[in-house]
Amino acid sequence: MAKDLMKGNEAIGAAAIKAGCRYFFGYPITPQSELPEYMSRELPKVGGVFLQAESEVAAINMVYGASGAGARVMTSSSSPGISLKMEGISYIAGAELPCLIVNIVRGGPGLGGIQPAQSDYFQATKGGGHGDYRLIVLAPNSIQEMCDLVMDGFDIADQYRNPVMILGDGTLGQMMEAVEFNEPKKRELPPKDWATTGIKDKNGKKRLISSLFIQPEDLENHNLKLQMKYEEIKKNETKFESLDVDDADIVLTAYGTTSRIVSNAIKALKKIGIKAGMIRPITLWPFPYGAYEKAADSAKAFLTVEMSLGQMVEDVRLGVNGKKPVYFYGRTGGMLPDQTEIVEKVKKILGGEI
Amino acid sequence: MVEQQIIIAGFGGQGVLSMGQILSYAGLLEGKNVSWLPSYGPEMRGGTANCNVIISEELVGSPIVKEADAAIIMNLPSLEKFEKFVVSGGNLLINSSLISEKTSRGDVKAYEIPANDIANEIGNAKVANMVMLGAYIELTKIVAKQSIIQSVEKVLGSSKGNLIQINEEALKRGAESVKCYK
Amino acid sequence: MKTVFDRTKALTPAAMHYCPGCTHGIVHRLVGEVLEELDILDKSTMVAPVGCSTFIYDYINCDAQQAAHGRAPAVATGIKRVHPDSIVFTYQGDGDLASIGTAEIVHAAMRGERITVIFVNNAIYGMTGGQMAPTTLAGQKASTAPLGRDKLHYGMPIRMSEMLATLDSATFIERVSVHDPAHIRKAKSAIKKAFENQITGVGFSMVEVLSTCPTNWKMTPVEALEWLKDNMIPYYPLGNIGNPKEVE
Repeated sequence: MAKDLMKGNEAIGAAAIKAGCRYFFGYPITPQSELPEYMSRELPKVGGVFLQAESEVAAINMVYGASGAGARVMTSSSSPGISLKMEGISYIAGAELPCLIVNIVRGGPGLGGIQPAQSDYFQATKGGGHGDYRLIVLAPNSIQEMCDLVMDGFDIADQYRNPVMILGDGTLGQMMEAVEFNEPKKRELPPKDWATTGIKDKNGKKRLISSLFIQPEDLENHNLKLQMKYEEIKKNETKFESLDVDDADIVLTAYGTTSRIVSNAIKALKKIGIKAGMIRPITLWPFPYGAYEKAADSAKAFLTVEMSLGQMVEDVRLGVNGKKPVYFYGRTGGMLPDQTEIVEKVKKILGGEI
Repeated sequence: MVEQQIIIAGFGGQGVLSMGQILSYAGLLEGKNVSWLPSYGPEMRGGTANCNVIISEELVGSPIVKEADAAIIMNLPSLEKFEKFVVSGGNLLINSSLISEKTSRGDVKAYEIPANDIANEIGNAKVANMVMLGAYIELTKIVAKQSIIQSVEKVLGSSKGNLIQINEEALKRGAESVKCYK
Repeated sequence: MKTVFDRTKALTPAAMHYCPGCTHGIVHRLVGEVLEELDILDKSTMVAPVGCSTFIYDYINCDAQQAAHGRAPAVATGIKRVHPDSIVFTYQGDGDLASIGTAEIVHAAMRGERITVIFVNNAIYGMTGGQMAPTTLAGQKASTAPLGRDKLHYGMPIRMSEMLATLDSATFIERVSVHDPAHIRKAKSAIKKAFENQITGVGFSMVEVLSTCPTNWKMTPVEALEWLKDNMIPYYPLGNIGNPKEVE
């Protein structure tokens, strides 16, 4: 198929429909509104349902109901709206329901702004909602990768019965790039023999979707079972890209849009003879700690670059585990990290100035 | 490596974003790597609009243009805001129909193109953006004129034959307008 | 031996956890009997609320989803949109439906979701220990209104049925009571109508059931039934509030 030029938000919708998603529940918010608009146009054409809910709270609970009923379903929002969805996300994780949640991040806290940011990293990877649960968080850095991760994301969600989040930002949502829709890798997906259809199964047994375990023993066991699943996900799904890390004096690290600014900075550093490499996490949870642990043996220092004032850097430090210094450079509030400033920071680090 | 990083800016409604899309799509048609990044704000109409376009033979790194090989400037506020982003020796295309001021940059190649006047002569004020685009591709040859026409067809739909003709004429007149600089 | 009365097979054999004299058991049985009589037990999914009736999924013998507090109508919307031919109903208390879940119930009704809502109004929060509800009557004591609901402080109680009946797509709204056998029979026929509407796809249907909470009202079961009749019914009048009509 020939490549098409698509806006990020619309490409997510197209990829979701290609992946068999037929239900979308959402609420408008900048900078992701093109996605629900696209779904409202395209889903009815394939026999799907688009519903604009009264709030993000309602939308995520509609996702809960639809997923519990066995459907491939998604929702999308941007930062303040994702905060509202957190209650539902915790229930979805607790009831082990598969779904895709898209966060096209904007600057916070509070109403914040509408320009791109990466300041929802903690919320996405460390909880956000209540309880001992994990979201699988995928962080693309191009429209093509966003499409690939959306399509694979639905399968990952089904395979592990776990919510999956695509963590983008305003830049990825708004920009256009060439895309083609590739089949994701084949996964063995378990049958949804738990879904409530109203029709009882052959043994006349009714089905229940619930995150309620009133007996402490039961709730502990449920949590232990979830932890086993999370360990399995860590083992199988951790994904990152590494660029010239082996002989690098300094390893830069960034995800999403920021990683593209960093890759420009690395080119500029090479021109002036500085050996720089990059680790780019593609899954933010599970986080690729091992990549940093290994790189810490050869690199002299690390520099984390984010569109926040330092969130992922905490995971980078856990990975590096004190073996080498980890520095940080970030811009926030919708301001983007600057390539020249990154280069200057690296020079200072390697020159022993900081 | 052939690469062009472009800033296109003007009022909302001047076809700034669609000019960038048409240029990007033309690059895609020629098998190049492209990115198009719009500014976005709370206003629906009447504000300023700009977009960053990158056309490259290599994979596009950051889609954000900070060092522009060229800027296409449709109105005065955009000149003041964006002329500083053009690299030394880069192309600065100025819509002189609406901008009487000169650029403050002495180290760039400035082109004054009366885009609105030309568009009015052709008979459709809306194609001022295509006049600018015609001038731009004449200067850089980053994509062929034919690819631009193909992508206009894609954007407008091939049934709008008359509009496509006017767009073609606009591209041609834009190209002619910068030949005198050579 | 001839069987003269049998428990509906829509109810499981599980022993209910409700307090002595609580009317939830009656309402459960009415819902169960209607599901059996309409032969929809094997095509129904119920959405359980947060509150005393959370564990309804242990008692009614059909598929169920347990929802977050107040969100049952949104969850039911998700299920019904995926399985439009199945029967989907919520069972919610007044804290769930009339307080934390007002947005969800109003908009499910506005959209005319083809679901059935059983709204059990006992004018108090039961499970959390007798706190004031939006439906608590003026002057009625609650653990967070020890001197009784002060209407200058909290306003007057909310009448959800009347409010929802202003919505064109809320096609069937009826308020019933279960304080005596005659009213229980009327309650059952309203519940039946609400499910029949879903079978024929008419639109959103809700039955508000006035109920008692002897424990938190601090009354005997009989006193509680009397109190319901003398105090709740005058403020929450019984009867049909919105008629079924086809949505054009």
